[in-house]
Amino acid sequence: MCLSILAFDWEGSSISTNPAGSVVKPRGFFSRLIDNDIAWSFFHSPAAMIAAFITLVCVMATMLAPWIAPFNPFDPSQISLWDGKLPPVWVEGGQPQYLLGTDNQGRDMLSTILYGGRLSILVGLAAVCLGMVLGVLLGVISGYFGGAVDAVIMRIADIQLTIPGILLAILINGIGRTLLPLELREDFAIYVVIFAIGLTDWPQFARVTRGATLVESQKEYVQAARVIGLPRWLIIMRHILPNVMRPVLVIATIGLALAIISEATLSFLGQGIPPTTPSLGTLIRVGNEYLFSGLWWITLFPAAALVILVFAVNLLGDWMRDALNPKLR
Amino acid sequence: MATDQALLEIHNLSVQFPTRRGVVEAARAINLQVQPGEVLGLVGESGAGKSTIGNAIIDLLEHPGRVTEGSILFQGEELRGLDDDAMRKVRGDRIGMIFQDPQTSLNPLLRIGEQLIETIRKSLPVSDKEAHSRAVDLLEAVGIDQAEVRLKSYPHQFSGGMRQRVVIALALAGEPDLIIADEPTTALDVSIQAQILDLIRHLCKTRNLGVIIVTHDIGVIANIADRVAVMYRGEVVETGPVAQIVGAPQHDYTISLIAAVPPADRKLERFNSVDYIDGDNLDHSARRIDVGTHWLGEQSHSKSPDGAAVSVENLKLSFVLERALFKRNRKMLQAVDDVTFSIADGETFGLVGESGSGKSTVARLIVGLYKPQAGRIRVMGQEVELHKQDEQSLLARRALQMIFQDPYSSLNGRLKVLDIVAEPIRFFKMAGSEKQVRSIVKDLLDHVGLGAAAAMRYPHEFSGGQRQRISIARALASRPRILICDEPTSALDVSIQAQILNLLKDLQQELGLTMLFISHDLPVIRQMCDRVAVMRNGAICEIAQTELLFNAPSHEYTRHLLDLMPRMDLLDRHYQ
Amino acid sequence: MLSYIFRRLAQSVLVMAAVSLISFSLFNFVGDPVNNMVGQEATREDRVRIRQDLGLDDPIFTQYVRFMGNALNGDFGLSYRIKRPVSTLIKERLPATLELVFVSAVIALVVGIAAGVYTGIRRNGWLSKTILSTSLVGVSLPTFIIGIALIYLFAVTLRWLPSSGRAGVVELGWWKTSFLTVDGWRSIILPAITLSLFQLTMILRLVRAEMLEVMQADYIKFARARGLSERAINFVHALKNTLVPVITIIGLNIGGLIAFSVITETVFQWPGTGLMFIQAVDFADVPIMAAYLCFVALIFVIVNLIVDLLYVFIDPRIRLGGQ
Repeated sequence: MCLSILAFDWEGSSISTNPAGSVVKPRGFFSRLIDNDIAWSFFHSPAAMIAAFITLVCVMATMLAPWIAPFNPFDPSQISLWDGKLPPVWVEGGQPQYLLGTDNQGRDMLSTILYGGRLSILVGLAAVCLGMVLGVLLGVISGYFGGAVDAVIMRIADIQLTIPGILLAILINGIGRTLLPLELREDFAIYVVIFAIGLTDWPQFARVTRGATLVESQKEYVQAARVIGLPRWLIIMRHILPNVMRPVLVIATIGLALAIISEATLSFLGQGIPPTTPSLGTLIRVGNEYLFSGLWWITLFPAAALVILVFAVNLLGDWMRDALNPKLR
Repeated sequence: MATDQALLEIHNLSVQFPTRRGVVEAARAINLQVQPGEVLGLVGESGAGKSTIGNAIIDLLEHPGRVTEGSILFQGEELRGLDDDAMRKVRGDRIGMIFQDPQTSLNPLLRIGEQLIETIRKSLPVSDKEAHSRAVDLLEAVGIDQAEVRLKSYPHQFSGGMRQRVVIALALAGEPDLIIADEPTTALDVSIQAQILDLIRHLCKTRNLGVIIVTHDIGVIANIADRVAVMYRGEVVETGPVAQIVGAPQHDYTISLIAAVPPADRKLERFNSVDYIDGDNLDHSARRIDVGTHWLGEQSHSKSPDGAAVSVENLKLSFVLERALFKRNRKMLQAVDDVTFSIADGETFGLVGESGSGKSTVARLIVGLYKPQAGRIRVMGQEVELHKQDEQSLLARRALQMIFQDPYSSLNGRLKVLDIVAEPIRFFKMAGSEKQVRSIVKDLLDHVGLGAAAAMRYPHEFSGGQRQRISIARALASRPRILICDEPTSALDVSIQAQILNLLKDLQQELGLTMLFISHDLPVIRQMCDRVAVMRNGAICEIAQTELLFNAPSHEYTRHLLDLMPRMDLLDRHYQ
Repeated sequence: MLSYIFRRLAQSVLVMAAVSLISFSLFNFVGDPVNNMVGQEATREDRVRIRQDLGLDDPIFTQYVRFMGNALNGDFGLSYRIKRPVSTLIKERLPATLELVFVSAVIALVVGIAAGVYTGIRRNGWLSKTILSTSLVGVSLPTFIIGIALIYLFAVTLRWLPSSGRAGVVELGWWKTSFLTVDGWRSIILPAITLSLFQLTMILRLVRAEMLEVMQADYIKFARARGLSERAINFVHALKNTLVPVITIIGLNIGGLIAFSVITETVFQWPGTGLMFIQAVDFADVPIMAAYLCFVALIFVIVNLIVDLLYVFIDPRIRLGGQ
């Protein structure tokens, strides 16, 4: 069974044939970057540039939240319950200092979204990194060594894929929390979530890396390295890993979008980040309780922020997949 | 020439591919004619634009190619500018097409019969039943036995050669007057290649079809074509009867091209330097290596006591083809079956055979990429187990280096040429300082004819022939005694092949290397080797001195292979 | 072919054995089962007696064999929280989940494949481009946000459909169905759309990508060169080859539907197994978690076994073997 959506043919990178024998000049890193097919495709794809721009803005805005947010939602002295449930400025009853209104506890929506978004992005990134490191490592080992090691790793991946990702994340997360002492549960919730999502993610990375490793290790440059007599770890590090990273990066980008969604979903289900330090998912969960009473902004703005962020990352991943897979153009 | 109008007349045809680096003119001002009952060979090296013309005729140019100028007259009718529906009536009905790879040309999920009948019914106003009987006739016409039964088979149940016959039957299904065959035999073995060419020529003559054969292989042209058009960089440089083109070419390019083809009937000292083709045509003799003083001459390996550089005894290796629950159901392939030979110090030993004969597997066993199931390998008199990673095997391995077939996959695209070539030097610490490493690499690149500046560039900036030179430099960097060349030129154009073979010969002489040279190409083997072993189905049929083998083969299979060898001397023509 | 089927069967058994092992280990990892069964006031003797009754002092292997035996009979013990047999609880809630998943799967497959084929064939049409851009929004919308949005629009603002619960249920033996009444359909439609949307966009994009991939194949070029009509090329040659990889993914996606039913059921308070699972996780109700895990894996394995058998019919290379 192959996840064809993720299965690429990594051949076919363009081959420029210079007139042979001509005087060859070494070219700098920058000129190669500009001349690069992928860079070219990027600067000729409005969608990719917009996506990159939105992603960059989201990342910058949320990472700089402590400096640019109008309020600190975690500082009780800045919160007053009297200001609770205020609508956005442009709606009747809105107050100018609360641009997007306030939530049920009187926290400024814009500030909580910036802080929440920061948490969502950080958790997503950390989870993807965990899954990627684990998956790439196991995938390369599986693909390069083959045999029993390969069989064991891939069977584990197969079995794990029998249980759909989000379900497994809920389960691992639930078990993780139960294992922690009661008083530590809130503080460690974030790490449990990262662990749960990362652990859910690795088979994707392992499969793609293994597939690419199988293709690469059949190639003659790897055989040449073996004929020279390089030890296996050196061949893996120097020759195989750099050549399998392209598909891994695509999976990682799409995986980041999925990880952010997974975190939001866990938090929405009340299984993830606690309301004391809310992520976007937690904010939506809280807001959902007030949706029926007409306080739409408490849900809408965090939801919109989440969707825009995930959409931008997905758009970027989509472009990357096409740019790195010239066959589908 | 024919009296009335030609079947196909192409006037002043130009095809352009707009790309981001500017417009590429794939074909420029092409003039061609094909008569009924005539085979026109369209020959050229890669990138010459020969396939473009075939695709342009039936309006199937790859995106974003387009015809910018000229006319294509087919039976007096202009094809250029026909709309999709009209063009569809031309394709298949009046012009048939045959592609290179029979493995991928057929829909794997449909029976042969379904694909044939569908095509027949599209082109001819016949009933299902009649289409069926026509399909049977077609299969018989292309030489497939039990046609009635075979109609129910799927493509994967045919061998490669049989599949190409099915493809030909499909191309004939609409009873076209012109067949365009784009490299129809390139993916096939020599013996099957000859059969398919015979079939195409036979069909051409009996059905009075016009045929255009697009190929890079002069041998194919010599065997099948009536007239030849030679293409170079998008232009037809010379057209004429096959005897003239092969025997007495006029244009400089054609002369160089023909000169670069390894002759099957005699051994050359070197290939003539090909001066028309602007390739990496640097004269190597100017930079001869003095083994006494050069870095490459610093010996690190002792001479072999018995004079044999490499010897293998009773090598055996089998692969599992199809796994099964029970051992008796398992299908095994005996890839290497009891192979024994020995290569003397300084000798060039050839291994020749068709694909699947196990010749590459032997090479991989010797360098330790595979582990033999039985048998012994000695390198410089010492028995080694090269797949191991211990000190002694590493030392023995250094004496052996390999040059691979595919120049596009044999170099790691993420590393600079410097780092690729320097890898063995650094790993074995064969140079004192990084500065020394660099100067050695630059010197090596100079010796293989690339120039020192190549060191700072990446592999994708080089052409196939240049990449093969980088591979050779990398192999030399281990200071090997024995070079194993696995089809080192089969992915290259014939003019580049001549240069690489010259380079290998020179290096061997200067450095006194021992060489194991593997190829499916008998003429190339004849040029390169002192002794030859012929392999078939994993076993060696015959080992003999090269000249003896070519002049007086003792094994039946060797004779068979020699018979099939495409010959440039036209006396051998089957149909004259 | 037989060895192919046998291998698949063996693989399924292996998967189920592994999942059951994980389920079993949940009992030992997550808290002390005895604590979960008795209150704080139970005496030490009570606890020892319960331990013995449950066989918790037996060797782990014996316990596992017993667990497997019981599991094969559908017996996963009593829920810690509700104190009722897990099998009964699942049986009660199973129809709700299966009907929801079924309706969603039909929506996702029919719309997804149709739109995928359309965008694959007309790849430069404006409608294709619109569908494609919309689909990217689709994969970026978390299921719970779709649910909330649909509720807000159709239940809160327009008041056309109920916002939650499962109304209009008719009992057919032990199976409670919502397919037989208008109210039943009214209450299933929003959750079904919510659940299907993500998978629908995935299937759409996948079918399109496969279609484009197949369109590059040599046999399509050869079919063009024989002058076959676009219709024959698209629907006879391309579609069939597209189906081969697509049905694999569809197998995986039905598993995905079950997983995301957990979220959908929570948003819509749909009384299915997913909602039960979430509540069980909240209370560390291990028997329900273990049983649910096995249940999901079983469905996944069965669906994939069917997919593997479908291959035998679609792909002659598997049915007939090599040359």
